[in-house]
Order: sequence, then structure tokens, then C-alpha cells
Amino acid sequence: MTAIVAHAAPIRWWHSRAVYRFMRHHLALVGIAMITLLVLACAIGPYALAYDSLQIDLRARFAPPLSGNHYFGTDPLGRDLAARLLMAGRVSLLVGFSAMLLSTLIGTLVGVTAGYRGGWVGAALMRTVDGFLSYPSIFLVLALAATLRPSPVMITVIIAVTSWMETARIVEAEVRSLREREFVQAARMVGLSRRHIMFREILPNAIGPIIVAASLAVARAILLEAYISFLGYGIQPPMPSWGNLLNGAQQYLASAPWLAIIPGAAITIAVTSFNFIGDGLRDALDVRDDHI
Amino acid sequence: MGSGIQAVTPADVALSVRELSVSLPGGMERAHAVENISFDLMRGQILCIIGESGSGKSVTANAIMGLLPKVIRVSSGAVHLDGMNIVGLSPDKLRSLRGRVVSMIFQDPLSALNPLMTVGAQIEEVMAVHDVGTPKSRRSRAIDLLIEVGLPDPQLMYHQYPFRLSGGQRQRVMIAMALALEPAILIADEPTTALDVTTQAQILQLIRDIQRRKGMSVMFITHDFGVVAQIADYVVVMEKGRCVEQGGAEQVLKSPSHLYSRRLIAAVPHLTGKDRVPLHAADRVPILKVERLAKTYRSGSALFGKRRIVPAVNGVTFDLTSGRTLGVVGESGSGKSSLGRLLIKLMACDSGSILFEGRDIAGLSEAEFRSLRPKIQMIFQDPFASLNPRSTVGHILTVGPVAHGILYSEACERARELLSHVGLDSGAFDRYPHEFSGGQRQRIGIARALMFRPKLLIADEAVSALDVSIQAQILKLLDQIQRETGVSMIFITHDLRVASQICDEIAVMHRGQIVERGPPSQIFLDPKSAYTRELVAAIPGEQAGSMLEHAANP
Repeated sequence: MTAIVAHAAPIRWWHSRAVYRFMRHHLALVGIAMITLLVLACAIGPYALAYDSLQIDLRARFAPPLSGNHYFGTDPLGRDLAARLLMAGRVSLLVGFSAMLLSTLIGTLVGVTAGYRGGWVGAALMRTVDGFLSYPSIFLVLALAATLRPSPVMITVIIAVTSWMETARIVEAEVRSLREREFVQAARMVGLSRRHIMFREILPNAIGPIIVAASLAVARAILLEAYISFLGYGIQPPMPSWGNLLNGAQQYLASAPWLAIIPGAAITIAVTSFNFIGDGLRDALDVRDDHI
Repeated sequence: MGSGIQAVTPADVALSVRELSVSLPGGMERAHAVENISFDLMRGQILCIIGESGSGKSVTANAIMGLLPKVIRVSSGAVHLDGMNIVGLSPDKLRSLRGRVVSMIFQDPLSALNPLMTVGAQIEEVMAVHDVGTPKSRRSRAIDLLIEVGLPDPQLMYHQYPFRLSGGQRQRVMIAMALALEPAILIADEPTTALDVTTQAQILQLIRDIQRRKGMSVMFITHDFGVVAQIADYVVVMEKGRCVEQGGAEQVLKSPSHLYSRRLIAAVPHLTGKDRVPLHAADRVPILKVERLAKTYRSGSALFGKRRIVPAVNGVTFDLTSGRTLGVVGESGSGKSSLGRLLIKLMACDSGSILFEGRDIAGLSEAEFRSLRPKIQMIFQDPFASLNPRSTVGHILTVGPVAHGILYSEACERARELLSHVGLDSGAFDRYPHEFSGGQRQRIGIARALMFRPKLLIADEAVSALDVSIQAQILKLLDQIQRETGVSMIFITHDLRVASQICDEIAVMHRGQIVERGPPSQIFLDPKSAYTRELVAAIPGEQAGSMLEHAANP
């Protein structure tokens, strides 16, 4: 029998239609640009500025933006707001990212297990998810944050523990439909273990929805951290975070509005950018007939 | 090509396609979906367009109906309907033609019917959008149509929703809708492909009857030469967007002039009625003995709502010796696929025993059975769904053996060897499944099943999703593999013609039970049970089929 040659050239991921669709989503590209800028500014910015974020200068209290080298002005203790904003960004973005990673990990584990096992294991896991969802998550977060000693790590864990459920539900539904596909039957036929089938055969096929959920989870984690810190249960001063910068600005809203507006803008930019990226990824990846 | 078209008076021609070309958007594998095709559909005739997948036959139909998607355009040529060129006609004018002058029925009657409307409402809608009749007359006309297409109890049927009907009944409803406005031309795009063979025979009969009664012209698109032999007056053979041959049905079927038509006709499987020559009969050992195997599906929750109980496999008993092939044939819902899944323990059975090499595997747990898995392997139906889209072919082939403790390097060597054995080049090893065609993927599926040197191979509709020419190649490959390795095979299929090609023995399943078992000669030439007789009689084009055979091997 003559050999049949596959004539299609290998397709690289950046040629795929998903990437093409994402590139057409202009808002998502803006989101990527903004986040890149924000991350770079927070990473490098503090070294480039003239002032340290903790350096107190009582003579320069309440300096408005663009006075001297204080680009964003100063706070009630004369600390440079630009330096504090970027240091706060490091904390907020780090908490947001880590919380997303942790919640995606928990959600994926629970979702894949529940979706593939089904039966009473799946039912028990999904009812747990429903149980978690039935608490108002802000309430849960505040209750936990009030009783546990707040530190960035603890805040991250608290946020992750209260936000993994959505990922779990998305992954469970996806895995349940993938489980019936013939390639999974074939994997069982060649005698692969259950764990191997769940995480090596099925999971890579469910990666699209997980990435979408994760990008939206970052936005939500940043917002949640801002809530908690604004209410005083989160990151504790003097360590700055976008949330507690807002908290500190409360009483000076009339006299020094920039103290609230600038961190508020940072939160808004970060959250909307992540949401744009999430929307773009959803449009790019969530197409049923395009399982490449 | 042109010699096939005789000069005809325009009055005889219902539809005339002249040098029609339809271009594809850039980046596709060819520039034209159809290229420069011409044919005439005569009044009161059935014209069959036949070709394999990707030959452009459906595009031709959609071009005539003006239903092409936006990115695919008619680049040149003309379609004359009643002396009027309908290419480039405004959407409004086309819409008024559709249904009234030309109507169409589709392959999948479930997705072509609106699930939220009753059958009656859908038939009336066709008339209402063309402003035909009054609500009352439309209603009586709808009932008449339901009677005309042979649906039982039309008054009741009128109020049914599509999901309550069987596939054949849905297709009858589609035909009723297409006939609502008494069109002069009916285009049928693979209307029987999704149906069981007995249902297919009824629908073909119905289309033929209606066509004769009304003097309609029918353009019938199919990939099945059996269907062509049964109903066609005139045949157009298409390959890769070109019309390679056309002529009267008799002429094309009996003495095809083009190489491709000849190859296509030769590839069509026929009932042989001859038994296979058994291979090395001496050292035959029993490999599988199945006794009173049963499986019942239970759906719905025990707590809420009613439970549905469907017996899928009901007391099946058979045995199989080494190096032999048992065909399991039956219509959809007969339990043949469930049987396959039970044997390979992708599903647990309720009762009965499966003695594999003398050991009962029916009651084994997944962990206990794991060491036996390599000995029983399966080839799956859908070559697109059965390979993990995120894994390379190499990974797909080696992951099983590696999980069973075989060295990766050894597994790789065997995989490359098998790939070339099943007719793929060794470069396939590092590629992903989507880079291959359906037939090539099925070869990969076969290689995967052979990685372990199994004792028993279960092929579940392994060639059903493939074109006939590819089908013939895969059947030949399976036969060759069996002769080389002496593997036993269970070949599950709905197509009796395919089963007759490859099986030593055939078991006919009906409603979860084996109603008849015997060598092909008995099943096809002298069936004992009424159901088998019905199945054999329903095979399309078999009277003509024997004729074809003589033509193919003079």
C-alpha cells in the first residue's frame, strides 16, 4: 500500500483562528496594553521616582499633583503619592494574581473531579460549590478577614477561598461534555488511569474556558482586595494597597480629592482592563465549532 | 463531457445549469467549490448528483437555491429556471421562488425542523409566507399533505412537535413542507443518509411515488451508488468540484467511461452472499464466549420524576474463535454499539458472562480488568472525535503502552512501524489529528488499537463515517491485518453490504437481541427470520448492484 502523506503544514498556535479573533478584539488589545503598562510601572517605577513610599515630609503635606517632583501630590504625612500608588499596585496586583491562581487551581481540581467522576462524588462536590455560593461572598470575606490576622498572604487565601466556585462550575460542565467524547473512551480502552485521563487527556481540552474565567477572576480579586482594605480589614498601613489608600483618603475628600481619585482610577483601569481581556478571550476561545 | 448533453427543446428542461463556477475564499485547499459544471434537469425525471465528501455536490444545490453563505460566491455561469437566469437575482425574488418553484429537503430532519413549532404550524408557515390560501384552507391542505407523505394518524400528527417523531417521520414532514406549494422542482440533499436502511427504503419509495404522481423533477444528491441505482433516471458524477461524467443512469452505472466513476462504482460494497475463505483453520481456539449478556439503561432520577428504563442488550449469547470475524448488524437502537461497549468494559453489564480466553471478565472491577485491556482493543466510529485534538499522534499511540510499563523508546519504535504499516508516512508521528483527513485518522485509530498486539479487535462502525473509496481501503487494511496477526474481530455496522465484505459470520440484532446468526450466505441468500428478510430487502440498489458487479469486473 502506498504511503499517504499528510500535506497540511503544521499549524503553530499564533496562526490559529483563536489568536486571530483575539487580535480583532480592540478593547482586549487595549486591556493588554494597559495591564502591561501598569505592571511595568509598578515593577520599575518605584526605583525611578525621587521619593520613597514611606518617606515622611511634613513640610510638603497635601501638595497637589504636579508640584515639584511630586507628580501625583502628597498625602497628609507628606509622603509621595506616586511612590505609594506604585508600591500599592505591587501589593494589589500581586494579591489579585495569586488569588486568581489559587482559586483557579481549586476550582479546576473540584470541577474536573466532579465532572469526570459524576455520581455521588460529583454531586457531593457540586453541592459544596452551591453551599459556598449561597453565602454572600463579601460577607464571608469580611467575617474571615475580621477574625484572622490580616497579611497579604492571608488576604490572598481568603479571596481565593471565596471565589473558586465559578471556575468549578464552568470546568465541571465542560468536562462532563468532554467525558462522553470518543477519545476519552479510547483513553479508557488503552488502560490509562483515571487521574491520567482527567488531567492529561481531558483538562487540556477545557483550557479555553478556564483561561477566560481566570482573567475575569483577577479583576474580581483586585476589587475584593480593595473592598476589604478600604473597610480596614485588609492590608494594614503602613504597607500601601489601592484599597487602603482610598480608606486614608476618605476624610480629605473635599480638601485633597486627588488622594481618592488617583488610586480609584488605578483600580478602575486594572479592573476594566482585565474584564476587556476576559471578554476578548471569551470571544476568541469560546467557539463551539472550532476545537483546534 | 459535452457529448452527454443532447440538444433538447427548452420545454423539456425544468432546470438548466450552465458552466456554473462557485469560488471559495482564499486559503482553502482549492480555489473553486464547483468549477464549470453544466447539466439539465428534465421535467418529470430524477437526476442524481453523486460524489464523495468535498466534491461540491451540496454547494451546487445551495447555489441553485440561492442559499450559499456570504463568503462563497457564484463567480460565473448561469442557472436557468423556466428560461430565467436566477444567478444574481435579488434576495426578494429568490425568496419568492424558493418553496414555490424549487424546494429543498435536507439531510438531518431534526435540525431542519423548528423544535418549538408543531408539525402542522410549520407546514402552514410555508404557505403563509407565500400568501397562499386562508388559515382554514392551509389547515386542510396541511392535513392532506400529511396523508400524502404517508404519516399515520394525520390529525394527531398535525399537533405534534418534531422531537416526538422518529427520524423517518421527521423526514416525511420535511417532504410535506417541501411539497406544500406544489413546486416544479424538488432538491433533496442526502435525505436518507441519516436514516436506517429500512426507513431509507421507505423514503426513497415515497420520493419516487410522489415524483411520478405529480410529474415533478427531482434533483437528488447522494454519495451512495445503491441509492442511485434505485431511483435515478440521469446521473451526474462529481469529483473535486468538477463534473467528470454524466449520462443516463443505465449507461453510467453499467459502462462508466471516466476512470473516477469506474473506481467509485468498483468501491461500492455489495452483498457477496459468498462466505469468506477461512484462514488457517487448523489451530482455531475459542477466544470469546458470551452468555445471556444484558444491559438496561435507566435514566432520570429516582427521587424526582419518572425513570425511563430501556433494555439495550437483552440476553445476548454468541461465541468467537481466533482469527475469525463476527459481524454485528442492526439498525440504530438495536443495541449493537452497547454490546461493543459491554465487551470492552467501557460500560458495566447487568447480568450474564463474558468468557475471554476462558476467564469471565464480566464481573471484574476496572482495576482487575486493567491488565487484560491490552488484549481487547477497539476502533471507534468517529475518526474526528476519537483522537484527542490536543495530543500528537505519537502521544496518542504511545501513551497506552507506556502506562502499561513498556519503555517509551520501545513504544515509539512500534508506533512508527505501525504508522507505516497502516499506510501513513512516519512524519505523522509528530503531527496533530486535525492535520489529517477522515480516512487517515481512522488509520491512526487502527494503529492505536494494534499497539498492544490485541487478541480481540472490536470495530464499532469503523467505516461508517468514511467515503466509499476510503471505506474500501480501510476494509482491505483490516482484512490484511487479520490475515497477518490472526486477531479475532467483532465488526459492528449498520451496513449489511459492508458486513458481507469482511465477516465470516453475521449476527443480526433487533431490540437488544440476536434474532439470527449465520454465515453471510445464509443471512443474505436464505434469511430465516422475518426481520433479517426485511433488512436484506431494504438494501438500496442490490438488484442493480449485481448488475454493477458485472460491469466492474467484466
